[in-house]
Amino acid sequence: MHHVVLEQWARRTGPVHALDPRVKLGVTLLFLIAIAAGPPLSVAQFAAYAGLLAGVVLAAGLPLGGVALRAGIVLPLAGAFAAVSWLAGDSHRGLTILLKSYLSVFAALTLVGTTPVARLFLGLKRLGVPASLVLVVQFVYRYLFVISEQVQHMRLAAKSRGALERAPRRYRLMVPAGAIAVLFARSYRRAEAVHHAMLARGFTGQIEAATPLRLGAADLVAGGAAAGVVLAVRFAF
Amino acid sequence: MHIPDGFLSTPIWAGLGAASLPAVGVLARRVQRELAESAVPRLGVMGAFVFAAQMINFPLAAGTSGHLVGSALLTYTLGPASAALVMSAVLILQALVFQDGGILALGANIFNMALGGVLAAHLSYQYLARSGIRGVGIFAGGALSVFVAGALALAELGLSGVRIPTAILGVSLSLLALNGLVEGALTLLLLRLLEGLNPRWVQMPEAVSRPALGILLIGGVLLVTGGVLVASTAPDSLEWLAEEIGLAERARNLLETPLADYQARFIAWPWLAQAAAGLAGLAAAFAASVAIGRALARRRRG
Amino acid sequence: MSGEPLIEVVNLRFRYDDGTVALNGVDFRLFDSETVALFGPNGSGKTTFALHLNGLLRGEGEVRICGLRVDKNSLATIRRKVGLLFQDPDEQLFMPSVLEDVAFGPLSAGVPPEEAFRRAREALAQVGMAHASERAPYHLSAGEKRRVALAGVLVVEPEVLVLDEPTTYLDPPAHRDLVALLGRLPQAKVIATHDADLARALADRAVFFEHGRIVAEGPVEELIERFGWDACVARRRRTSAGQDS
Repeated sequence: MHHVVLEQWARRTGPVHALDPRVKLGVTLLFLIAIAAGPPLSVAQFAAYAGLLAGVVLAAGLPLGGVALRAGIVLPLAGAFAAVSWLAGDSHRGLTILLKSYLSVFAALTLVGTTPVARLFLGLKRLGVPASLVLVVQFVYRYLFVISEQVQHMRLAAKSRGALERAPRRYRLMVPAGAIAVLFARSYRRAEAVHHAMLARGFTGQIEAATPLRLGAADLVAGGAAAGVVLAVRFAF
Repeated sequence: MHIPDGFLSTPIWAGLGAASLPAVGVLARRVQRELAESAVPRLGVMGAFVFAAQMINFPLAAGTSGHLVGSALLTYTLGPASAALVMSAVLILQALVFQDGGILALGANIFNMALGGVLAAHLSYQYLARSGIRGVGIFAGGALSVFVAGALALAELGLSGVRIPTAILGVSLSLLALNGLVEGALTLLLLRLLEGLNPRWVQMPEAVSRPALGILLIGGVLLVTGGVLVASTAPDSLEWLAEEIGLAERARNLLETPLADYQARFIAWPWLAQAAAGLAGLAAAFAASVAIGRALARRRRG
Repeated sequence: MSGEPLIEVVNLRFRYDDGTVALNGVDFRLFDSETVALFGPNGSGKTTFALHLNGLLRGEGEVRICGLRVDKNSLATIRRKVGLLFQDPDEQLFMPSVLEDVAFGPLSAGVPPEEAFRRAREALAQVGMAHASERAPYHLSAGEKRRVALAGVLVVEPEVLVLDEPTTYLDPPAHRDLVALLGRLPQAKVIATHDADLARALADRAVFFEHGRIVAEGPVEELIERFGWDACVARRRRTSAGQDS
């Protein structure tokens, strides 16, 4: 499963993993902007950016092939638009879409593959994203898999009662709709229970950071160097 | 549709980011005020619900399957501000952890689905619902939440210069309309089911009940969206139309003066002028509906 | 078992928003070092009652914890004195890592992070889960989740433990471990449970809930016999056979 693999990657240790998440977020954003805000990529630029990303991936100890493959998740969509552009006579744009979107997803994977999700969220909060929004994001992540598993169980139960394939047509909409209604009910109840559990342990509205973030010299140096390379590739070619 | 990075042009993703981010900030603060501080995590659990529910398959005709998006459902159970916040959080998570949608494109995706979709659901019900035809309001809310979000996405892509030939545009819009119908039906069905389980879960917006105004507003939004779509994907046809009407001269002057600098700089993007105009028009339409909505609400209360 | 009761409940009544009467006049007392089992059918009010013991729900009547009335001002203190363990550990473990979850209590109370995490590690060691401190709660087994949840409650050093169906979803080894662990804890305990073996092993006495009231009190075995509150048919046949001969 995609997120399981990402979590495993993120849990490793290494020089890249140890960097402050704010630095990693900042550099990733700079990279994405350099790509998105620039003119169509030349082959040299693409190679340079790809090389930079590959370098970071290898320094972090992540499997280069694995990351490169997972970045391909965007290719079907990008490919469709690229094909349409090509057929409409604008092959240049088509290629640009492919290259830019692939590099962007690769960069996002590099970020998330070297930063545990909890640290990433903390970085977002420290960078100014509203605390309540980050709190919601944290809890979506925490309960997403629990609730998805419930969905799977309900699906299996429905299937074993023939509700999915053998049901008369007019009930076909009712089965998933009923499942969603029940899921809503259980989730709403769960939301209340989580609220109670938090109150029971003294929650007042703010969640304290686990290990607080601390910018060190290494973070600034690494961040500065990476930013420098990104800007160099952007403007020197 | 979640737009990945690398598709949108800088004015679009940056502009929409500049519009969405503060809006989400305002919503976050408002939700924090309205709910007890400690109740914010509950929204997260409901976000997980919607995310999981989006993965459930609904068998439609001929082997195709539909999915629930859920913005209308959230709007009618959590209220528009919380719904928008929850959808934003889900989109952020989808972009970061699942690479479904770009990170820079979050501004656009949030604008389309969390803000546009929720607003469409909220306003539709407010203006179209009346005791007896409440179902119409809910259905329209669900349908428009999906259609407006999708149309906006297509418009943004077109405005960014992505080629969408008319045939493909037609197919996309038809699919969008279909998805909209499915969402409308599902939202209606789900709300009925939920009301049966526990009526307190459903928090419909107060019906202002100006069906005429509602239809007008919705029509206006659809027209502008459609207009922008056509303009962005077939710039030549807009020029041709302008020529025919005789607006060409006047339009050219209008577009050229304030935006001449832009045109000079972005030589590779001669459509920028149209883009700015189109986007401004769309933004104006939304701002207008929000303002009107507030004015009407105030008049009703006062 | 002498002195002032740790928990004193007098004529507690509670009605849900939709009008259902959940508690219909409950009197209850818990003394130091004792363990009381709450029996009763599903929906009889056991869980609702448990939620009153740390102020999550507030009904009519009197609830006193260590002499303190449960009201808006005393909530923070009461929630430190009464540790509530919920039936579904997934609802209780809401932080991204085990260590952070256990430390949540002290951190919320204002304990400095270093000290909070030290106490969290101690609590995890106490329940035998020190090795899992960096893991995500979602990936733990039911028994492990329950132990982590227990650590999260023990870390604030409560005087009373209230447990709602603690042995659900546990396999026999996990069941044995949890019962042994609970037996080692010195706090007074209130345990809502369907598990007759758990009650036999840990409880000094039991009460039986029915339709929101306590209809019987007494020794554990006596209530199990009287209400047929043992799911194991074979053992009951053996017991009654033993009584005949």
